[in-house]
Amino acid sequence: MIFGRLTWDAFPWHEPVVVATFIGVVIGGVALVAALTYFGLWGYLWKEWFTSVDHKKIGIMYMVLGLVMFLRGFSDAIMMRIQQAWAFNGSEGYLNAHHYDQVFTAHGVIMIFFVAMPFITGLMNYIVPLQIGARDVSFPFLNNFSFWMTTGGAVLVMISLFVGEFAQTGWLAYPPLSGIAYSPATGVDYYIWALQVAGVGTTLSGINLIATIVKMRAPGMSLMKMPVFTWTSLCANVLIVASFPILTATLVLLSLDRYAGTAFFTNDFGGNPMMYVNLIWIWGHPEVYILILPLFGVFSEVTSTFSGKRLFGYTSMVYATCTIMVLSYLVWLHHFFTMGSGASVNSFFGITTMIISIPTGAKLFNWLFTMYRGRIRFELPMMWTVAFMLTFTIGGMTGVLLAVPPADFVLHNSLFLIAHFHNVIIGGVLFGLFAAINYWWPKAFGFRLNQFWGHVSFWCWNIGFWLAFGPLYVLGLMGVTRRMRVFDDPSLQIWFVIAGIGAAIIAVGIGAMLVQFAVSIWKRDELKVEGDPWDGRTLEWATSSPPPEYNFAFTPVVYDTDTWADMKKNNYQRPLTGYQAIHMPSSTGAGVILAALATLCGFALIWYIWWLAGLSFIGLVAVAIGHSFNYKRDFYIPADVVTRTEEERTRILAAGV
Amino acid sequence: MALPLTACDWVVMNPSGDIAVQQRDLILISTALMLLIVVPVMALVVFFAWRYRSANKAAEKDYDPDWDHSTKLELLIWSAPLLIIICLGALTWVSTHKLDPYRPLDRIDAKTAIDPKVKPLTVEVVALDWKWLFIYPELGIATVNELAIPTNVPVRFDLTASTVMNSFYVPELAGQIYAMPGMKTQLHAVANKAVGGTGFSANYSGAGFSHMRFAYKALERGDFDAWVAKVKASGANLDRTVYLGLAKPSEKAPVAYFSAVDPKLFDAVVNLCPKPGQRCMGELMHINMMGGAGKESAHDTKGLRYDFPNSHVIEQSDENKGQETAPDAPVAPSSHSGADAHAQHR
Repeated sequence: MIFGRLTWDAFPWHEPVVVATFIGVVIGGVALVAALTYFGLWGYLWKEWFTSVDHKKIGIMYMVLGLVMFLRGFSDAIMMRIQQAWAFNGSEGYLNAHHYDQVFTAHGVIMIFFVAMPFITGLMNYIVPLQIGARDVSFPFLNNFSFWMTTGGAVLVMISLFVGEFAQTGWLAYPPLSGIAYSPATGVDYYIWALQVAGVGTTLSGINLIATIVKMRAPGMSLMKMPVFTWTSLCANVLIVASFPILTATLVLLSLDRYAGTAFFTNDFGGNPMMYVNLIWIWGHPEVYILILPLFGVFSEVTSTFSGKRLFGYTSMVYATCTIMVLSYLVWLHHFFTMGSGASVNSFFGITTMIISIPTGAKLFNWLFTMYRGRIRFELPMMWTVAFMLTFTIGGMTGVLLAVPPADFVLHNSLFLIAHFHNVIIGGVLFGLFAAINYWWPKAFGFRLNQFWGHVSFWCWNIGFWLAFGPLYVLGLMGVTRRMRVFDDPSLQIWFVIAGIGAAIIAVGIGAMLVQFAVSIWKRDELKVEGDPWDGRTLEWATSSPPPEYNFAFTPVVYDTDTWADMKKNNYQRPLTGYQAIHMPSSTGAGVILAALATLCGFALIWYIWWLAGLSFIGLVAVAIGHSFNYKRDFYIPADVVTRTEEERTRILAAGV
Repeated sequence: MALPLTACDWVVMNPSGDIAVQQRDLILISTALMLLIVVPVMALVVFFAWRYRSANKAAEKDYDPDWDHSTKLELLIWSAPLLIIICLGALTWVSTHKLDPYRPLDRIDAKTAIDPKVKPLTVEVVALDWKWLFIYPELGIATVNELAIPTNVPVRFDLTASTVMNSFYVPELAGQIYAMPGMKTQLHAVANKAVGGTGFSANYSGAGFSHMRFAYKALERGDFDAWVAKVKASGANLDRTVYLGLAKPSEKAPVAYFSAVDPKLFDAVVNLCPKPGQRCMGELMHINMMGGAGKESAHDTKGLRYDFPNSHVIEQSDENKGQETAPDAPVAPSSHSGADAHAQHR
């Protein structure tokens, strides 16, 4: 029993689509490894990136992880769109149920856990310490460890593509379908352990960022002087810390059902699957606000910066964010009005859901009045923001509609619902990320992104989005339900074809974005900027772009919400002398090793390779204890190095770039 | 592009049952209410974005970089959505209670109250893997994958499922309600027009989910009676053995009629004891309520198991029969094909 239930049959030889993908991945992987070896980059990557505890590098690694997984998640989307446009008039399409059901499950899991989450965590990691004038996060090693745990979860999901199978349950794995009786294979186990491993990372990074925001703000920055992005990040991280343990506990109970024969969510022995549905959504609804809140912060920063104005209604913005944070815990049942709760219960959750739209609406008005009497520069971040305001409003409206229980009875689980949440997640989270990437790229790399390809991407996304999801709204009103693999009614086909064309245009938009990155990196000298290319208003623009390892040579002192705008208005002079040695945390490989062991442990548990699970778990504990005896955790950047770095910047500033 | 924009395709927007019609109206009213605020906001976004663009020299004089507060506007931006939500919330409270699926109907349609002489019809619905079983207890008949109901007669659906969660949804008739194993949910509805349509599971339930559809027929009284007579003429009996055969996973199951049905079958399915030898949950709960069956009963789990490994897989051929994991399962010799023999294809 060396390999548990892992046998040759576990490899999907009989699925040509998967085998072809596998060959492609192997060739690509070998090429990548060869290139890295040829250029001798392994040492550089290990020393400068993988083991780094610098919040900026970790932030960038999160973004890269999000981008890679985004391509995987999007290819799942394309596969679904092709299948659904194809499988009419008796045709079974090109995906059998076993494959198709994995595709839609993987699409949801990947897009939420391994695309949206890494993107927002990366963004918060990079920007928050800079915005509050800190040199790093509170627990730099933990930050590195969190990143690698998230990556470990992503690795497990990717392995499931070629070894065994992924869950065929839908992205929330409702029991009893996800129980051992109805899903005996490894799919649900991959789901559980990928989420558990990544969940550790997410929870720890939430704790880390809360501690950072609470404890490490620059002198003078009271809570009500924090930039709005920092505020929304704080609220999102409070939600993470308060809700991810619920997910962890729920999945532990499901694991016990599957591994130990307990009966929490089974049909028999008094189990109650409804309890799982409740628990998972008590995590799941706050989760959607975890995703959107930081982006609300991004839109606030962008609107204010590109309108050249202070944010309208800062206080009401903060209260709106906090209200949303609290209310997000009182609405979970709206995901299953159709379970048959009583009318009063359903009304309660319907109305609390609608109430959330009040602070959300207030935010929208605040952005609106920030633009009012401004001088709006339509750079890419601002374009994405306006696109968001228009798209998200529609998504919000259909969301409130779904919150009316009797209306939900006819629209629940339909493609109308699918259109709604893509409307808010793409229109809100993704558009926000694109605004953020275009806005802060010059901060991270010292050069702007190419505008032409940015425009191509922008228009493809906007047109593609409505072509892809407009038809889904219509199909929902025609009574078409989600997760269907084949269709009887030929009159529906045209709508799926249009949706497929929309997805293809989105694909062009994604391609254009990748080209935008490539072209910008290639022509980086032409696009070079100094510290503050957008006439920014918050502290991150006070330092150079990219910032030095230590972020700020001197900790800034804060007098106003828009600190940097305030400093510029008062003719702030950069101090040119008196640099001191700076205390910094050291890199460590412990995070990589711990996460690798955790991933291995997860893999072993999935395949019932008990000896390996035990061994890797013991290894995990041993390395963790060993790491706690590592006292070489910090170092000083000598004062003359700081002086040299800062004098170089003085020279560049004087040259007047 | 010529799109099939005819209203008849949009069944959710043009249903033929009173409950679904009211739900449709609710969608329209709520949308209209929200558009009251959504349209001005979107128009303002576009207008401000255009008016205050930096290239617009005319707006330059309005530029006020430090203007960030106005109590009047703050009041407006919090109270305008609040007012809409108060209206919508009131509408939600009332309509959710009025259209509660558990609530017996009080009207046939907008103009007709329920005639006290008309008795509601009960239909017991079991979501099986992956087909639908409809039992008409008052008529003593049952069907697979075909639901017929008389028009203008209130109907009460009692819903459950055999293995995993499904959602019972006939867009023509009324909104959906989950059908869950070991539980009974309810839905009251009425059909106002004689139509044919489709019903389906609206909650993913495994490999055969896409084909888990049934024919929905709302029939005039006379036609309905004729349909009942046709079902009664089938001569097939839905006893436990036939049910267990039927409950085995299968896709695209043909329509089947049963002229007789075990009257306790639905209760047994809800209580997870359709197989001989299985203990019914209701009975067990009663024992527990009375103080339990003593210590020795802790090991008496025989007959309590309901979820069997691989019970969600379609049997490939007879060779696999030997792998039946439940030794106490009754042999169901070709009971499925027995039902098929009486099947009447649509």
